Amino acid sequence: MISIKNLYKTYDQGGRKVEAVKDVNIKIARGEIYGVIGFSGAGKSSLIRCVNLLEVPTSGSVQVNGVEMTKLGSEGLRQARRKIGMIFQHFNLLSSSTVFDNVAAPLKLSGTPKEKISQRVTELLGLVGLADKGNSYPSQLSGGQKQRVAIARALANEPEILLCDEATSALDPQTTDSILELLLDINKRFQITIMLITHEMHVIKKICDRVAVMENGRVVEQGTVLDIFSKPQTQTATNFIKNVFDIHLPENLQKKFKAEQAKGEIVRISFIGETTAEPVFAELATRFPLKPNILFGNITQIKETTFGSLILKLSGSSEEIRAGLEYVREQGLSVEVLQNVE
Amino acid sequence: MWSSLFDKGDLYLQALGETWWMTIDSFLIATILGLPLGILLVVTRPKHIYENPIIYNTLNIIINIFRSIPFIILMVAIIPFTKFIVGTAIGVKGAIVPLVVYTAPYIARLMETALLEVDPGIIEAFQAMGATRRQIVFRVMIKEARPAISLGLTIATIGLIGATAMAGVIGAGGLGDLAIRYGYQRWELDVMVITVIILVIIVQGVQSLGNYIAKRLRKQ
Repeated sequence: MISIKNLYKTYDQGGRKVEAVKDVNIKIARGEIYGVIGFSGAGKSSLIRCVNLLEVPTSGSVQVNGVEMTKLGSEGLRQARRKIGMIFQHFNLLSSSTVFDNVAAPLKLSGTPKEKISQRVTELLGLVGLADKGNSYPSQLSGGQKQRVAIARALANEPEILLCDEATSALDPQTTDSILELLLDINKRFQITIMLITHEMHVIKKICDRVAVMENGRVVEQGTVLDIFSKPQTQTATNFIKNVFDIHLPENLQKKFKAEQAKGEIVRISFIGETTAEPVFAELATRFPLKPNILFGNITQIKETTFGSLILKLSGSSEEIRAGLEYVREQGLSVEVLQNVE
Repeated sequence: MWSSLFDKGDLYLQALGETWWMTIDSFLIATILGLPLGILLVVTRPKHIYENPIIYNTLNIIINIFRSIPFIILMVAIIPFTKFIVGTAIGVKGAIVPLVVYTAPYIARLMETALLEVDPGIIEAFQAMGATRRQIVFRVMIKEARPAISLGLTIATIGLIGATAMAGVIGAGGLGDLAIRYGYQRWELDVMVITVIILVIIVQGVQSLGNYIAKRLRKQ
């Protein structure tokens, strides 16, 4: 649905060249929710603006639904943009227009007949749960309600793609969750492809299928959210995950084990999906003469899948431990032997 | 003191009428010229929707030049131009041309300030939904800036009333002229005081009206 190839965006800031986006390659499938995460200044905002050409890429290709966006003329670009909805961190609603008129704005721009506008706006306001707010002005709404209006407006022209630019960053955690649920609902109901950028791993974990981690203009890591959570390759990804899902041994325990210099191995076992690790541990204890001792654990939900990580201490001979871990791997769990207790 | 109101009633009415027409006519023409200039000053600036450094810089310099000339000098300096436009350089007619030349650049600056207050995020949102540049100017920028535009035009009107006081120099009459000729030159203090009171009332009225309109627009 969206295909970004070798994308570069360079800004000229008073003679100084600033490379905001460097050699980014991303493919987003139809109906997918794709997240881009990074700290502020990582280039994600420039990247998402290159998709609908609010920022003109310096080089590289951006294809949306097979159409090369960078080659479109101004009229072609306007037509293409009508099929790409966008929502923003600060909602960007017309303060001088009612909720109804805000949602109607894109339809008016394209010259839709009045009766049809009225019908469509009513339908959209119902969809986002603001059926009774049509005559209110944005200043009378809460942040979450404003974002709902913005979502309704973005959906007015029945787009195939929705771009979300830090859409929940100005909202409190509870409102963030309700907006994310609305986005997930829209994605399922209308098969709309969603590309979002955020600095909150919580957002990625809650609704995204795949994720790209950006740092200094480059995508340093990308894959399914489950993969990134279970095997983060970069320090940046690890840090982001840490915020929502800590898989590290607390410091006091680390100190304790270092002091003890206990025999045996400390391993991290990660499991994905409904099959929990429980029967495997029971087997470990009975089949092999090993004593698994759970030191630390964390279980969370990634979109609709359970994901857990446990840190175990296995006591026994190194032979037995090796055989035991082999067995665990055979059961489809991922095992990582921790060299240092951390 | 108030007796002069009745003795010179016709004089006050005539002066009021002259000030009224000078202000209204110049205001309308200056707004028709100044509003588009203000829009141009915003949309041609770097990174805006009609970015054009030549138009932007030229306009900026010209407006600054006109804004630096004191009205009384401007009025005399452009007499040939005034004659060319309206055929005379004296009277109310002759005053309107310099008043417009003086006020239009002022309005352009005030409109520029008002339009720059419009959240760039809203403009971006409309670009993202496929709006044309014209639609952005008329349906977003002007629409959103209406309260600020109305306050700016109020300031311009009050400045304009002040400038009409000097138009007496070219025989355009008006309240300011009355205050100078009777109040100052003939030392009739009561005429001076009454004219000033009338001017205060007019300015208060204009400001209140402007505030009221801005408030109504903002409430929406």
